[in-house]
Amino acid sequence: MTTLIKYIKSFTLFELMKGLKLTITYFFKPKVTLNYPNQKGPISPRFRGEHALRRYPNGEERCIACKLCEAVCPAQAITIEAEPKPDGSRRTTRYDIDMTKCIYCGLCEEACPVDAIVEGPNFEYATETREELLYDKEKLLRNGDIWEKQISENLKRDRKYR
Amino acid sequence: MTSLSFELTIGILKIFSFVVPVLVSVALLVYLERKVLGAVQLRKGPNVVGPFGILQSFADVLKLLTKENLLPSSSNKFLFIFAPMLTLILSLIAWAVIPISSTYVIANINIGILYLFAVSSFGVYGVIIAGWASNSKYPFLGALRSAAQMISYEVSIGFVIITVLICVGSLNLIDIVESQKNMWFAIPLLPMFVIFIISALAETNRLPFDLPEDEATLVAGFFTEYSSISFGLFFLAEYANMILMSSLTVILFLGGWYPPIDIFPLNAIPGIFWFVIKVFLILFVFLWVRATFPRYRYDQLMRLGWKVFLPFTLIWVVITSAFLFYFGLLPN
Repeated sequence: MTTLIKYIKSFTLFELMKGLKLTITYFFKPKVTLNYPNQKGPISPRFRGEHALRRYPNGEERCIACKLCEAVCPAQAITIEAEPKPDGSRRTTRYDIDMTKCIYCGLCEEACPVDAIVEGPNFEYATETREELLYDKEKLLRNGDIWEKQISENLKRDRKYR
Repeated sequence: MTSLSFELTIGILKIFSFVVPVLVSVALLVYLERKVLGAVQLRKGPNVVGPFGILQSFADVLKLLTKENLLPSSSNKFLFIFAPMLTLILSLIAWAVIPISSTYVIANINIGILYLFAVSSFGVYGVIIAGWASNSKYPFLGALRSAAQMISYEVSIGFVIITVLICVGSLNLIDIVESQKNMWFAIPLLPMFVIFIISALAETNRLPFDLPEDEATLVAGFFTEYSSISFGLFFLAEYANMILMSSLTVILFLGGWYPPIDIFPLNAIPGIFWFVIKVFLILFVFLWVRATFPRYRYDQLMRLGWKVFLPFTLIWVVITSAFLFYFGLLPN
């Protein structure tokens, strides 16, 4: 009997019809595509994107050249040189991140005692040459200025989970 | 002399009136395929070039045309260039006998179905030549597979066509359609109809039977070494063949240009509209099947062709002719 049912099923293409039915239901379902450059998916406040160096609201650099980020960086992508300023504070003279080495682990952000180096929400910074990805202090500070609003917002939203 | 040149002009215009729509519908079919596959996989498919992305295939053709046409140094140059041309020519000349309405056909010959069968059998030569001329292992294997596959499924297609011919009593395609005025052959010959569609999939190297161009094992099969427009010609030929096979299905089983029911609002619409709609539906089934089923393994493909379809169609030829003979329904 089971053999008979098996033969009937195979000659009426039963299983194949089941498969076709499934795909046709999917054919009419709403689509999940995002029209990427026009539409973007949501990202977490913890998102680890392009780096930025932040400033205090009065325009002073947050970075105190403690070099904790340089020390913790597992990919050794960060290079810092520092010397005392005339007013006695320690400030960096060089702060480079090699974005081609960076693995976006976020440890620099974790290590920073003053929330100076952060990984912002920006992920669209592809370049045409490798050299453009060797970020210096100027570029990082500019990123900080551009993204400050969203970065501080994200930090605030994430604070209670840290 | 003048009447000859006049007829020649009319003939050429007629040929263009077939070839140009076929090539345009190839472009639209490629677009449709990407849309259908996308929809089944919950994607949107191409939607950037032109309204709803409808010009996507034309953009792709432009891209192919501007690419460099590479000739592998170890290939047989003449055959390598000749193979895609042959494939495309064969898939286009078959349209000479396809009637899209009771009067509109390039050549109304009384052995139309034999001509179609011969031309579609020739299609395997383009593939074999391409695979051999490339002088490379993947195209060669693809060509061998394709030859075996096309020959196997042509046998069952032949028997399906014979069944239809027994019911009609004529090899002329217009006669075949006209004998379906009251009832489409898809209804009394349903199993043959299904087998014909499946064999058509195998004949045009479509999924789930696209072993000759199986990207998982053979890179791209017989056109691995092809680039630029010679690749484009193969692509064009494959889709033109798909349209051809679905037109053949419509002519043999779905009553060509006749409306589903012969009542007033339906039979007022011109026949060509019905023909195009039916071809479109069969093509949609082709794409739908592609979106649904995984690829056959090679031995399963051969088993299906020789051990299932061949005996089944043979028995149906006997059953149909016995039925027609017993009830005295044999034509003429």
